[in-house]
Amino acid sequence: MASVCFYFQVHQPTRLRHYTVFDNNTNYFDDRKNAEICRKVANKCYLPANRLILDLIRKYDGRFKVAYSVTGVLLEQLEAYSPEVLSTFDALARTGCVEFLAETYYHSLSFLYSRNEFAAQVNKHVQTIQELFGQTPRVFRNTELIYNNDLASLIESMGCFDAIISEGADHILGYRSPNFVYTPKGCNRLRLLLKNYSLSDDIAFRFSNRDWSQWPLTADKFAHWVNRVNGNGFVVNLFMDYETFGEHQWKETGIFDFMHHLPEEILRHPDNNFKTPSEVVKAYQPVGVVDVPHLISWADTERDLSAWLGNAMQSNAIHELYRLEKKIKGSGDAKLISDWRKLQTSDHFYYMCTKYFADGDVHKYFNPYDSPYDSYINFMNILGNLHLRCVKHPPAAPVGQVAQNAESLTAVRQDSPQVDAIAAN
Amino acid sequence: MKVFMLGWEFPPFISGGLGTACYGLTKALDQMGVQITFVLPTVVQSKYATHVKLVSPSMQQPIHTPIKIQQLKNVIFRTITSPLQPYLTANSYQKKIEESISQMQASHGRAGKFAGTLDYSGDMYGEVQRYAELAVRLAASEQFDVIHAHDWMTYPAGVAVARATGKPLVVHVHSTEFDRSGEHVNQMIYDIERMGMHAADRVIAVSYLTRSIVISRYGISGDKVEVVYNGVERNGSSNLLVGDTTIKKDEKIVLFLGRITMQKGPDYFLRAAKKVLEKVDNVRFVMAGSGDLMHRAVEMAAELGIGSKVLFTGFLRGEDVNKIFKMADLYVMPSVSEPFGIAPLEALDNDVPIIISKQSGVSEVITHALKVDFWDVDEIANKIVAVLKYPPLGVTLRSHGNCEVRKLRWIDSAARCAKIYEEALVGAGV
Repeated sequence: MASVCFYFQVHQPTRLRHYTVFDNNTNYFDDRKNAEICRKVANKCYLPANRLILDLIRKYDGRFKVAYSVTGVLLEQLEAYSPEVLSTFDALARTGCVEFLAETYYHSLSFLYSRNEFAAQVNKHVQTIQELFGQTPRVFRNTELIYNNDLASLIESMGCFDAIISEGADHILGYRSPNFVYTPKGCNRLRLLLKNYSLSDDIAFRFSNRDWSQWPLTADKFAHWVNRVNGNGFVVNLFMDYETFGEHQWKETGIFDFMHHLPEEILRHPDNNFKTPSEVVKAYQPVGVVDVPHLISWADTERDLSAWLGNAMQSNAIHELYRLEKKIKGSGDAKLISDWRKLQTSDHFYYMCTKYFADGDVHKYFNPYDSPYDSYINFMNILGNLHLRCVKHPPAAPVGQVAQNAESLTAVRQDSPQVDAIAAN
Repeated sequence: MKVFMLGWEFPPFISGGLGTACYGLTKALDQMGVQITFVLPTVVQSKYATHVKLVSPSMQQPIHTPIKIQQLKNVIFRTITSPLQPYLTANSYQKKIEESISQMQASHGRAGKFAGTLDYSGDMYGEVQRYAELAVRLAASEQFDVIHAHDWMTYPAGVAVARATGKPLVVHVHSTEFDRSGEHVNQMIYDIERMGMHAADRVIAVSYLTRSIVISRYGISGDKVEVVYNGVERNGSSNLLVGDTTIKKDEKIVLFLGRITMQKGPDYFLRAAKKVLEKVDNVRFVMAGSGDLMHRAVEMAAELGIGSKVLFTGFLRGEDVNKIFKMADLYVMPSVSEPFGIAPLEALDNDVPIIISKQSGVSEVITHALKVDFWDVDEIANKIVAVLKYPPLGVTLRSHGNCEVRKLRWIDSAARCAKIYEEALVGAGV
């Protein structure tokens, strides 16, 4: 038996505008650029990919299934700039074949710096998913699949999750395979699902690489590789950025056609099926305990945190940011808290990465700044202004959670003609 | 391989990047075993003549006897008496001539004696042609395979020697008239540059920025123009000097080091300084260098009301340059047009973070630098303040920048040149 478990990460940061040390207004975000990118990615990826997935679910009558983790910061942007994408996600949610995962609302590294903030952001995300899609997430994934034993224990202690997702890094698995369900060390009830990075990256990174010996990758070839797992594994976890479809791999590469044919080829083998993460942990017993004392992630070849915290600028910026937590929260100013939280999105620190900078690689490709130095300067200038704002506030009694965005987001979850139009497509 | 090189300056009398580049390249070619006859103009003045022990030449004999120096085994120096110097303009040339004549008159106590015997043709262009004739005479007694001419004043000499000997000519473009003068180009200089580049078998540009100017402004075919980046001379030894590492200061130092001319953007530096001082107080701006805008810069600092925060050191050389780098917290090069820019590399080599203008060749090879448009005074100020205010920025720039600058070695530039010589020889059918 081989179950194919797709989970797509769907995220766009709220990009910052150019902000010099001489600026002093409190608008930190580049609304125009964010709108432009959001609409562009919606047209190239989110809309066509959602339509395709919806078609496939209908075509295979519930036998094709996927999971999504959509960040809160993207949901807010979709609401503002591309509400039709929210409608299609809603349509997907109603099929019963789509599972939504939980993560930190702000796609943050808060687990590393503030457990309180982390819990608040996870709750905010869960609440938002409930309100938007009528589902309560039961599986957690941390930003960039950052993970260790402590995180697993924390997630188990929150009591609302059945499983957690991470990277099937060689150095934590050793001879073992990612194609089973595991138990995190120190946990009883919680299950661990690990990304099959080899097969995932065949689609996400290598699909259009003409220098790759396996190019071109066809659905039947890929299904053949999945079939080989039969007999020595239960599940093939294919975890990747949703932007793989149409954005990282352009439409012209045939990525949509590949996906269109994949279910057919996978299901051709009678022992294969598709399952969502929750279904996987219900179906299969854990085969062992995985011990991850040190932090891992899904980034680069190092699978560590160096892409976000690898140099002096990154660690300085993030420390300075979290140092403000008490003051920010004490202000009781909802806008201030929201601004502070949007600055926590991991991308801001990723842009400051100097690793490989000179080689002009993937870090550069996704970077709106000319250099990591420019991004650090910009971030620190904004932080300086944020600091001034919370100094102005006299310390007030702490307020409850700020759920302003979640509230407004629910407004779009009304039946719209668009959803029907897409469903009829 | 034997090269007839028409170059400029040699340590310790180096007034800018051109001399540094000629020296670095020649030293590296020497290490590769390339034989070089290095021809350069000298003004014969006894106080300058000691460093290479010039055999006292007479005025009637403008071509001097060959000199060898110990460190460079494969190089023979040939000097020609001439007041030509890098970075001359028609005006500064006239001044220079008058100065050196009056100096000689003073030292010999006999007015008017040498004015005639020097046989200068009176203006810079005439002198450039005279230099070319002398170079041809000199070349007659030398054996070589290829001619390599640095910067426009030697192009006529390079072309004349190539015509006389039939050897291939490589011209090396360290800067163009457009870099030095903006759109107010001197037609005569432009014509000489253009003639030299067209006559050359190969053109070496110090950056892609310069290559594109050579192609678009001088009409040179792209397949003839190669880019060879400059390197940087590592000076690890000076770091060991006792006393230098214990400099303690309350103020941060932001450094401008270069000729104070339109090309280097000193006015943008000062206007940025003014803005920086609105945000940061314990900082001093040092302008090291001289040039035709020096007085204007002093005035401008006063006009901006920041006179007490700006220090003018005049032209620095040798150990003073190293000292000023050691004191600096940041080096800023707001050049309007910079074909390459060796000084920022020296700053990085001295662990000083740099802000460089995007309109520079060095910006093509250094990624670990802060880059600005030279006209964007607000952004220059923003970045200066950032380096002063956020220490991790300087830390990261320093560590990565120092690694990066190590990769720019003269030996690699020399190897590229050697390959271009070979190609020129093949192309010329020799």
